[in-house]
Amino acid sequence: MKLTLKIWRQNGPSANGSFESHTLDGVSEDSSFLEMLDQLNEQLLGEGKEPVAFDHDCREGICGTCSLTINGHAHGPEDSTTTCQLHMRKFRDGETVTIEPFRANAFPIVRDLIVDRSAFDRIVQSGGFISVRTGSAPDGNAIPISKVDADNAMDAAACIGCGACVASCKNASAMLFTSAKAAHLNLLPQGQAEKDERAINMVKTMDEAGFGNCRNYGECSAACPKDISLDYIAKLNRDHAKAKLKKIFS
Amino acid sequence: MNLDPQIPEGPLSDKWDNHRFSSKLVNPANKRKYRIIVVGSGLAGGSAAATLGELGYQVDCFCYQDTPRRAHSIAAQGGINAAKNYQNDGDSIHRLFYDTVKGGDFRSREANVYRLAQNSTNIIDQCVAQGVPFAREYGGLLANRSFGGAQVSRTFYARGQTGQQLLLGAYSALSRQIASGQVKMHTRHEMLDLVTVDGHAKGIITRNLVTGGTDAWTADAVLLCTGGYGNVYYLSTNAAGCNVTATYRAHRRGAGFANPCFTQIHPTCIPVAGDHQSKLTLMSESLRNDGRVWVPNDKESCGLNPNDIKEELRDYFLERKYPSFGNLAPRDISSRSAKEACDEGRGVGPGGRGVYLDFADSISRLGESAIRERYGNLFQMYERITGENAYNRPMRIYPAIHYTMGGLWVDYNLQSTVPGCFVLGEANFSDHGANRLGASALMQGLSDGYFVIPYTVGNYLARSGAGSISPDGPEVKEVLESVKERTSQLLSPQGKRSSRSYHKELGQIMWEFAGMARNESGLKKAIGQIQDLRDDFNKNLIVPGEGDRLNVELERAGRVRDFIDFGELLCRDALERNESCGGHFREEHQTADGEATRDDENFAHAAVWEYKGEGKEPTRHKEDLKYENIELAVRSYK
Repeated sequence: MKLTLKIWRQNGPSANGSFESHTLDGVSEDSSFLEMLDQLNEQLLGEGKEPVAFDHDCREGICGTCSLTINGHAHGPEDSTTTCQLHMRKFRDGETVTIEPFRANAFPIVRDLIVDRSAFDRIVQSGGFISVRTGSAPDGNAIPISKVDADNAMDAAACIGCGACVASCKNASAMLFTSAKAAHLNLLPQGQAEKDERAINMVKTMDEAGFGNCRNYGECSAACPKDISLDYIAKLNRDHAKAKLKKIFS
Repeated sequence: MNLDPQIPEGPLSDKWDNHRFSSKLVNPANKRKYRIIVVGSGLAGGSAAATLGELGYQVDCFCYQDTPRRAHSIAAQGGINAAKNYQNDGDSIHRLFYDTVKGGDFRSREANVYRLAQNSTNIIDQCVAQGVPFAREYGGLLANRSFGGAQVSRTFYARGQTGQQLLLGAYSALSRQIASGQVKMHTRHEMLDLVTVDGHAKGIITRNLVTGGTDAWTADAVLLCTGGYGNVYYLSTNAAGCNVTATYRAHRRGAGFANPCFTQIHPTCIPVAGDHQSKLTLMSESLRNDGRVWVPNDKESCGLNPNDIKEELRDYFLERKYPSFGNLAPRDISSRSAKEACDEGRGVGPGGRGVYLDFADSISRLGESAIRERYGNLFQMYERITGENAYNRPMRIYPAIHYTMGGLWVDYNLQSTVPGCFVLGEANFSDHGANRLGASALMQGLSDGYFVIPYTVGNYLARSGAGSISPDGPEVKEVLESVKERTSQLLSPQGKRSSRSYHKELGQIMWEFAGMARNESGLKKAIGQIQDLRDDFNKNLIVPGEGDRLNVELERAGRVRDFIDFGELLCRDALERNESCGGHFREEHQTADGEATRDDENFAHAAVWEYKGEGKEPTRHKEDLKYENIELAVRSYK
């Protein structure tokens, strides 16, 4: 395959960025999107140019490191798929492919296609845990948990923290991420003791980090490589409202 | 080199208890005076940093990723073992211990493995309490499945994402400590050297991957939790960033490297599709519970549609050769059998390097929905990568480098030969011998981090006393300067070849001569070729850009440079270990029907390598392995 790549280049957070075009020939249909970028970088090196910086690690769709907005879609055109799992057979020979970083105020650009998603860590640090000391746990079977609840929690916990939800939202809202993290724990019996504080604190941190408001457009869930459901947003809104009300009346 | 394993006195089952009791404790008020560096934030590093922070130590945790939640433990699919015996199928701590030692082909240390089996049950409790959503039965209790190398169902799992869920558990515990200020997290930092003062580990040098800054950090103890070195083969199931630099640099500063030739080839990976390939993808071993492995009986049928090949023309070679374990034979044995079938010309798919993993029987027995429930995400992943639907057509699989049992030598306290430098998880060598059983890596990472290191590091600190040094001290300065010097060396040759091209070539040498089968002349050849590759690297490398900013090529060049030196050490170790055992298969040592033959008389030891200086041959030392509770036996899975 032969492709024209329009790629965003930017030297640093405060530098001005712009698109740069490159032609890449001999791309295998079986290669992944990131392997195609590897090939481009080898070509750039051969021409004495600086390779394109992009984030990637496991290359099997689970670590959440890779990002990229490809032809306007976070993680590219294929549903339920991270960029690293996107394969070139999904593109046409001769196609022009536009590659940008995930764009959001709360995700400042570090260089080229690399963005800073540390705001997600701060959200988790504010309540995305169950306070249990190492070594103090009761037997794993002490509390039976219905399969339905466990499966529902697992569906929420499948979030890989990539940020596609934010990048695809007009408002750059992080509600899908935050609600999935909160729901995973709020759905389980172990998570009940800290449920109210969790909902309030995680939402507060999310707002302070500069993410926009959720307007229920649903783009986030459509772009999510792990198909995280919008139901969790509804659940977090409910948990948050209940927690606030309890505070008022207590 | 002092290789005293420090195994506690007493009967096997009491050793850990006795040791915990005789270990010195650090007074709670004194804990905050100690600073501990943790390098790596996977299951071992994340759980250690969280637990030590919770105990009151001041912890600095470093990872090269942009967040600690992305460490490669996240990619483990299948599960985690624990001797809970919830299934009432005859499991016990002793059985898990026995299976692990036997699975490791009798090249691991009894006392360490027993402790691992003991801790396994606490791990499950801890993770459940953290909210890890393990699979459950309809009654609400925890579900189990069986895994390679075991005849009991002791594996706990969270769909096909067990590693992810356990890591998120450790990450949530870590996040709690970061929020409380007990742990200071340094993301996008890569360790480039170890600082020692009077022989004790006192700090590390890092590169800030964003600013390019080279910084020194000092502490009272250093924990290396930096994973394995599978990427020395270029193509492996490891993440792109996994590297040997932290452990190899510590090796250069005096830490003995044990059994580098013990590498594990995982039997169920998606075969190589072409030259562009940058990594190999694992299909969880749990698939072998319901999939049957086969190749056509004769070469001529290899090109046919597998669904058109009649039952009687198929060779279910694992079931044929190992009737009692069948498709669940251990990883090394399954991998070698697949290689044999392909060597005979019976391989399938592009290049003839693949065998079928067929779910047709299970689908007709259990229904497609049951299979989808168990492995849906894996089938989906397979389809994305290969474009094939495994519900209708058997998967194609082939072995790939997956895990490395070798690592820095540690004693019972997980301390390396450099006092104060502890090594946890895959980065150490201790628990899996020459072959690791499935679902044991997660167990070991968490056992080391949650349950072992809090005791042993406390004991070290209580006995050695607080002794942090200033980051401006002369010893630190010296190491810092040498790291900067090395960086400028990498930037100086403006040749023609990229670090990736060297890495690829190194990988080809390693896979050909030190892969699934090894022999003397091949290994000698490999050592020569690696030395030539190093000379070329030093002259012809190109790294564009500067060192004092984000520079991905510079990062890779540094890692590849260490892989080259390390690859040579691995081959040397494989050459000296003149026997076959576990994942190390020397063609000179096999039975008539191709089974590995161990040489217990001469090789029942861990080989520990001592670094002697640039361009000098390393020295090989031995830690003899004593088996007092298990009789050394020929490992048979027939």
